[in-house]
Parts: sequence; structure tokens; C-alpha cells
Amino acid sequence: MTAPVQPNSYKTGPDERGYFGIYGGRFVAETLMPLILELQQAYDDAKADPAFHAELQALSTYYAGRPSKLYFAEGLTKHLGGARIFFKREDLNHTGSHKINNCLGQILLAKRMGKTRIIAETGAGQHGVASATVAARFGLPCVVYMGATDVERQAPNVFRMKLLGATVNPVTAGNGTLKDAMNEALRDWVSNVEDTYYLIGTAAGPHPYPELVRDFQSVIGTEARAQMLEQEGRLPDMIIAAVGGGSNAIGLFHPFLDDKDVEIVGVEAGGHGIDVENGHAASMTGGRPGVLHGNRTYLLQDADGQILEGHSVSAGLDYPGVGPEHSWLRDTGRVQYVPIVDQEALDAFQLCTRVEGIIPALESAHAIAEAVKRAPTMGKDKTIIVNLSGRGDKDVHTVGKLLGMDI
Amino acid sequence: MTETRIDRRFASLKSEGRPALVTFMTAGDPDPATTLALLKALPGAGADVIELGMPFSDPMADGPAIQAAGLRALKGGQTLVKTLDLVREFRKTDDATPIVLMGYYNPIYQHGSEAFVADAKAAGVDGLIIVDLPPEADDELCLPALEAGLNFIRLATPTTDDKRLPAVLANTSGFVYYVSINGITGSAAPDASRVAESVARIKRHTHLPVSVGFGVRTAEQAAAIGANADGVVVGSAIVSAVAASLDSEGRATPATVPAVLALVSDLAGGVRAARKSVAA
Ligand SMILES: Cc1ncc(COP(=O)(O)O)c(C=O)c1O
Repeated sequence: MTAPVQPNSYKTGPDERGYFGIYGGRFVAETLMPLILELQQAYDDAKADPAFHAELQALSTYYAGRPSKLYFAEGLTKHLGGARIFFKREDLNHTGSHKINNCLGQILLAKRMGKTRIIAETGAGQHGVASATVAARFGLPCVVYMGATDVERQAPNVFRMKLLGATVNPVTAGNGTLKDAMNEALRDWVSNVEDTYYLIGTAAGPHPYPELVRDFQSVIGTEARAQMLEQEGRLPDMIIAAVGGGSNAIGLFHPFLDDKDVEIVGVEAGGHGIDVENGHAASMTGGRPGVLHGNRTYLLQDADGQILEGHSVSAGLDYPGVGPEHSWLRDTGRVQYVPIVDQEALDAFQLCTRVEGIIPALESAHAIAEAVKRAPTMGKDKTIIVNLSGRGDKDVHTVGKLLGMDI
Repeated sequence: MTETRIDRRFASLKSEGRPALVTFMTAGDPDPATTLALLKALPGAGADVIELGMPFSDPMADGPAIQAAGLRALKGGQTLVKTLDLVREFRKTDDATPIVLMGYYNPIYQHGSEAFVADAKAAGVDGLIIVDLPPEADDELCLPALEAGLNFIRLATPTTDDKRLPAVLANTSGFVYYVSINGITGSAAPDASRVAESVARIKRHTHLPVSVGFGVRTAEQAAAIGANADGVVVGSAIVSAVAASLDSEGRATPATVPAVLALVSDLAGGVRAARKSVAA
């Protein structure tokens, strides 16, 4: 594949057909096409409406707890002895991750569109919890599709969703993980087109989802950029985020894309290792472009174009695709995407817990693991922002099991 | 575009005064030999057009029956290339029955759209139904397919309103597939009178034949839907008949082919009765 020309700005996408270069688009069944066009219209209207922004801003501040802090991780910095590491504390948001940013934006859209029923897919359960939360807040019924495997490994979140009044539908198709849950949510949507809003949890899916999820998550990067300027008087040298579908990563990255001196690193789930067939979830490192879930993007697939399940110790990262904007950023070379394997993430999880007193989500631990590799190679005058996309309470069972501890 | 087997088949059924029975099954379910045996026998049992599903790991528009059929086929090692081989084999003995490949875009995209339309045409395929390629994506496959002389059959749905219909119909050829319900394959049966209205609505926009599918399972339903449509598509009921005939390991049994043929004969009786009451 030839590298696309370097654009003047990396922030102008998508085009009006929903493409970032060759990635993105609207590859959906005809039943959904009118709905997606309707959503596009509603989003365009909302973007132009100050009342929409004001309502979102108020909810972000008083309900979600924004702005999230930019925290100097002194313990980790000392331990690694190199670049100074800052955490963008999305783990401190209401519901415990960045997912709430997107859910608040989308529930307001759903309300504007007059929809009365919310559906969502979830992997780690963080998006399911955030969806159930905003649905409860706005008094709408919510159905969450979750792979049966994930229901098992993220049990605490399943219970939270149920407490919040959501119906959790375990999906047994395929391997029972995130992609299967997404298929099932799409099936629900085509069957309930009149009243249902599909609240997608990551910056993927048919246009305009990748764009609107990115916009709602960009508050992360916008805040972090301003906070760094205020706290340190300059931009960071490097920013790092974990990439599942890519929402926390694009949210951090987007406001920095045209800051040429800021190095941007996306961390994919390397699972058992990139060389292990179907043993990882690094679609951009180990996959090739294809079409799934409404968009063209890098996918894990076999020679016949059948989608592989992928594997990661982290339920929120084991998705065989990635948001289309990341695929484009990869090809342009603006962002480097690298894999972190399960063991490295587990080590970073424990390290962060011990030296910072912060239990990170296993997803976020992948980003921390990359900082663990990079910081010691950088000068002490350099700075790194790591997106701490979520807290790790949901993962203590998984980690306990892997460490052979009895819980 | 030159006339295809699909065009000829619908024209001749029109002069016969009855709707087409369009049967769907998944290629390679549960193995290629069974599919080939079925392909060869279906026209004799009364299938007028054969839709052959290309299995995909993530069939987002399909219900449990067709999902399961796809999984069985993939487990048996079915691939896009093997599906084309089945069509090629079928064409050695049948040059009249139209074959429509139905599936999702990614396996085709991996094969390469240009190569795929050439290979499909050479194998004896007549038309394509690709669920996740709306008219907005016509340059991906639809236009190359039309150029190669393959029909590109589009789905129209209850959400396709009059404003959108012209765009959906613009590059459609062969026939229009009206999805009678908002939902996935194998959902509840549609209401025949509402279907009649919808077919009439589509026919105000096109001269193409309109076939109706999703939810048709029995000869009676086929007759009722066929009274007002040019074709009736049956899929989930057929793949369910395959499923019911398999042994406990999911392998075909001597009952598999006869079970499907019995159902298709019955459905063929339905479409043949569709206009009887109208004519009388
Ligand atoms: C805490 C956390 N971080 C990251 C992710 C990965 O998703 P995304 O790549 O969309 O940010 C998840 C997904 O569940 C998550 O819960």
C-alpha cells in the first residue's frame, strides 16, 4: 500500500461521504441507511445548536465530573527514571472511564431525535455501564448486548448494568466477545428502527459514528492540551493511549494531530504475541484493510476475508477492527501504532498500582506499558501524557486469577 | 446491459402468469457435495431462481437459522472460491436456471472486486445481492458488476421511502428484492396485504420484477405473497430443513437432500396457486 500524501491538516476528516482517505464510509444494509442519514442530519443540527453544547457542557461538569485532572505521576516517573509521565485521569470520571463522555453526547442526540429506547454493545462492560447510566438518568429503557465470554470475565460490570435498570443480553454467537455483541446490536437496530437509538461505544461503525464519537471524546485531548500548557508551559513530547475500537485514543490524539512536535503513539493489544495466529487483537499491526460493521478499516481476518476473533487479556481491547480514522492516521504515518502483549500489560497494571496507588483498567495498562518502555529512553526534561482511560476495579478478578490469587 | 438468465426467467414466468419461487441456501452447508446435489435437484423440484449464500463470519443482517448455516459451512472449510467452483460445476448441466450469489462485502473485497466479478461471470453467476453495499457505495462493486454483465440486485425495505427509492433503484437490475419487514432474516411472517401495498409502491418507480422475502416459510404464505409479487424468496425455512436433517455431528444424512426438495416442491405448489383465485 502506498502511503497517502501528507495533508496540510490532519483534522479535516471525514469527508462528506464519511471517509478518512479510503477508510470509513457507510457499509450498511438498506434498512439502516435511512436511519444513518437521519442521525447525520440530527448530529449536524446539534453541532450548530448552542443549546446542545450548553446542555452537554453542564452534564459533563456536574454529572460526569469534568474536567478530569492531568496528574503528574511522580512515583512512576521516579521508578522509570526518564521522561516525566502525566496521567490524564479519565478513570476519575463518573462510571470510571472515558466512555461516559461519548454516552452523554449520544443520549442528548437520542433525545433530540425523539428515540425512546437505547441499545448498546459492550466488551469490558464500561460502555455498557456508561450507557445504562445515561439511560437511567434520562429515563429510557436500555438493552446492552455483551458477549457471553465477556459477561463471565466482567461480572461486576454486568451487575452494575442490571442495578442501573438495563437488560443485559449475553451473546453466544461466535466467540461471544465484542464483535459478536456488535453484530447482535445491529440486528436489534434493524428490527426496531422506529424507536431505537444505537449508542455505539467506540469511534467505529458506519459514518457518522466515528466522527461523532471522536468529537464527544475530543474533550480529553482538548483539556489535556490546555492543562499541559498551563501546568508545564509547553506541549508534551509524546502522548500515548490504548486502542480498542479507538475512542479514548482518538479523543486524546485529535486535538494534538497538527502539533507536529508531539509524538503520538497508539497501543494495540498484542495478546499472546503478534506472531501467534488469532492470538492478538492488533488489527493495524497484524491485520489488513477490510469492511466490517459499516466501515472500511484494518481488520483481523483470514485469507478468505472471514473475520478472526482476536485475543486480549483485556476485554475492552479484543475487537478485530479499529476506528477508520486510526487506519488513516496509521497509513499517513502521523501516529505510530505498536502492540503490547498481555504480560507487559499485566506487569504495568501491577507496577502502576504499587507505585502510584492507582489501579488502572487493563486497557489503560497497555498504554502505561508503552510508557514504561519509552520513558527510560527519553531525557528527564521530556514529558509524556498517558491516557488513563479507566479504573481497574472491574479487572481485579481477571488479574487475581492470572496471578493465581484467591479472591 | 445484455439480457441475463434472470431477465429471461422472469419474462417467461410473466407469460406463464405466475410468480417465481426464489430459493436460498448457504453454499457449503454442511458440505460442498450436499450443496451441489441440491443445486442440481432444485430446478426439478420447482425452484425458478437459486440464491446461493456466501458464508461470512459476521452476518449482521441474518437471523439464527442463516447464521448457523453460515457457521456450518465455514466449519466445513467453505470459501468464496469454493462457492464459485460449485456454480461452475452446476453450469455444466444447467444453462437456464439463474444463480444469484448473496452475501457480505468483505470476502469479495479481499478477493478484489474486479477479479471477483470476472470470476463470478466466468463461473456462470447471473446476479449479486450484497447486503452491506448500499447505493452510496456503488463504485465498490455494483458498477464493475454491471459492466461485467452481472445483475446487481438491491434490497428495498420498509424504511426505503419514496424519496430514497429512486437512488436505490437507479443501478438495480434483474429484480428488486423487497425485504418485507424491518428486521433480520427468519423473522416473523409479513402481512400479505401490506406487502401488496409496498410492492405496488415500488412498481410505481420501476419496471423491474419485484420479489419479496424475509419471513416466508410455508406454501400458503408463498401463495399469499405471490399473489401480488413477481417472486417469493424463501431462505430460513430451507436452511432450517437442512439443519433438521443433519446428524448429531452436524453432517449431512441421506435425509438431507430429500427433506429440502420436499419443502421446495411444496413451496412451488404455493407459487403456482398464487394467481389461481385471481384468474378464476
Ligand atoms: C477503560 C477502557 N479503556 C479503553 C477501552 C477501549 O475502547 P476504546 O479504544 O474505544 O477507547 C475500553 C473499552 O471498553 C475501556 O473500558
